[in-house]
Amino acid sequence: MRSKGRISHDGKIRFARGEALLAPHLPHLPHLPMLQVLVPLLMAPFVLLLHPRGLAWAAATAASLMAFAIAVVLALTVVGDAPLTYQVGRWPAPYGIELRVDDFSALLLLVITGASSVTLLGGWQSLARALPSARQPYYFSAWLLALTGFVGIAVSADAFNIFVFMEVSSLASYVLIAGGPDRRALSAVFKYLIMGTVGATFYLVGIGLVYMMTGTLNLADMAVRISDVADTRPVLLAAGFITVGLALKAAIFPLHIWLPNAYAYAPHIATAFLAACATKVALYVLLRFDFVVLQHSASEHAVQFAGYLMPLAVLGILVGSGVAIFERDLKRLLAFSSVAQIGYMLLGASLVTIAGLNAAILHMFNHALAKGGLFLVVAAFCTVAASSQLEQIGGIARKMPWTFAAFVVCGLSLIGVPGTAGFLSKWYLVTAALDYGALGIALVGVILVSSLMAVVYIWRVVESACFAGEFGDDADSDSETAAVPPLLFIAVWIVALANLYFGLASALPIELAASAANLLMGNAP
Amino acid sequence: MDILGLYHYWIFAVLLMTGFFAIVAKPNLVKKLIGLSLFQSAVFLCYITMGKIEGGTAPIMGEGAELFSSPLPQVLILTAIVVSISTTALGLGLVLRIKDEYGSIEEDEIQGQDQP
Repeated sequence: MRSKGRISHDGKIRFARGEALLAPHLPHLPHLPMLQVLVPLLMAPFVLLLHPRGLAWAAATAASLMAFAIAVVLALTVVGDAPLTYQVGRWPAPYGIELRVDDFSALLLLVITGASSVTLLGGWQSLARALPSARQPYYFSAWLLALTGFVGIAVSADAFNIFVFMEVSSLASYVLIAGGPDRRALSAVFKYLIMGTVGATFYLVGIGLVYMMTGTLNLADMAVRISDVADTRPVLLAAGFITVGLALKAAIFPLHIWLPNAYAYAPHIATAFLAACATKVALYVLLRFDFVVLQHSASEHAVQFAGYLMPLAVLGILVGSGVAIFERDLKRLLAFSSVAQIGYMLLGASLVTIAGLNAAILHMFNHALAKGGLFLVVAAFCTVAASSQLEQIGGIARKMPWTFAAFVVCGLSLIGVPGTAGFLSKWYLVTAALDYGALGIALVGVILVSSLMAVVYIWRVVESACFAGEFGDDADSDSETAAVPPLLFIAVWIVALANLYFGLASALPIELAASAANLLMGNAP
Repeated sequence: MDILGLYHYWIFAVLLMTGFFAIVAKPNLVKKLIGLSLFQSAVFLCYITMGKIEGGTAPIMGEGAELFSSPLPQVLILTAIVVSISTTALGLGLVLRIKDEYGSIEEDEIQGQDQP
């Protein structure tokens, strides 16, 4: 079933149903999983050479848009169809490194490349202000390396390859965060570096132990071979190391302390990019490992997964939202809200049902839309405001009403108001929780309370932006177009409209998330 | 339980925890990085010893070679060492910038400077 319509024995390529439409126009289709990684990777050193103003940015944006185009084609190819596999160097799967794009990775690829493209497209003026021009080529090169790492994790089907890409993306993200003018970013990033490396090393210990017991690094092969040894102590230890290590990278509740400062002091555009995808990629690996490899073999894995992670998810939701209410800095407020949103994803996953996973995966997509949009609006605010403190942006709605309207749209999506993307995943999550019995009703209560808290913290921003402060009383109140860079304005509204569009016509992410959930639970799509 | 026979695991665990202690307990940023390196090296040792078989040779077919050690852990660790070196280098670079900006590499002194 899996091998249907891939490269057959005589080396010819046969196309499955979904590809029939695209195949005649795209002779390179079988190579797209590899090209997805290679395009940003090969552009990264090239960008270093582009020193005239703006050229490095233009090249990085072009590479990112191309990666996005590839991700779209991949998503349309695999949706409702068999996964696309690629054997690097033609070495067959368990021995060579395999790249594999299924519904889950396709959805994640859309999030990563989409976030990178939109933020780069809108981010030129904001980044040019934050960085000395001599440093810009290096910064955009690091940006492409981060993109390479993220997409590499998504397409890779090899546990060790994932580790390498994870470190590529992490090292590049440290540069993205620390590259700005704010010196507080340096100590924040040092903390992130220490915790991130400890997390990655834990993951390395885990795959070492699994490799010791199974003799393979290919995830699909590992899932088969682990069934003989699943209840031995090394595998149990490996499950612990891997889950804790990836929870560090994904900023799951008690391990989230690196996140708020790192997001708050990074350049605004980098925050928008990383908030949209960095933690989700780690969560993706966590789900993939725990469900594809361990879930079907290790007895009581489902009980342990739910037992350890569900309380953390609930605490994360409540504490993240609660702290966000009292934050005075807009970026820190949104960062703590991210901690809560990661809690939602984890809560869905810890139900260990298809409906729960479906909600979790859909929320990855929708939260990236909402939070990416909100941070882009913060970048727009900060072209005028001195900082992202709530007092500093007082009255900014009168200065830039349209940008502020986009903030409200993304904010409503974050809260989960019907008609926006955020509503759908919360609806799915509530439905999944209600199937869970008595505990499920308590979980629904948690979700509702946290949504109300989200109303409070978004309202605090709206309040200070509309009714307080000093902006807009002066004569040039019609100068929104002069204040906000046009590209950033366009990017903000692309994301805001996407929040509305995927709230109303969300067939593609829902179908991808549904078959990804089935895939993780081991049912054929 | 054959405690002595599993001595390489004991070395792994002790090194790992020594490194972790330095990361958590030392306020000096360079000492934290040293701890981080130690922490990672412990994992490398764990991998390398895992691939070793007593009396095993390199996996090359030939006269009298019957028992082979797995070369794959060593290859993996070669990659992981490169990752570790890059991390340490980036970390030291950060420490230099922190020293420039704050004039100190002690964690408590740095945090004290940013209080409003």
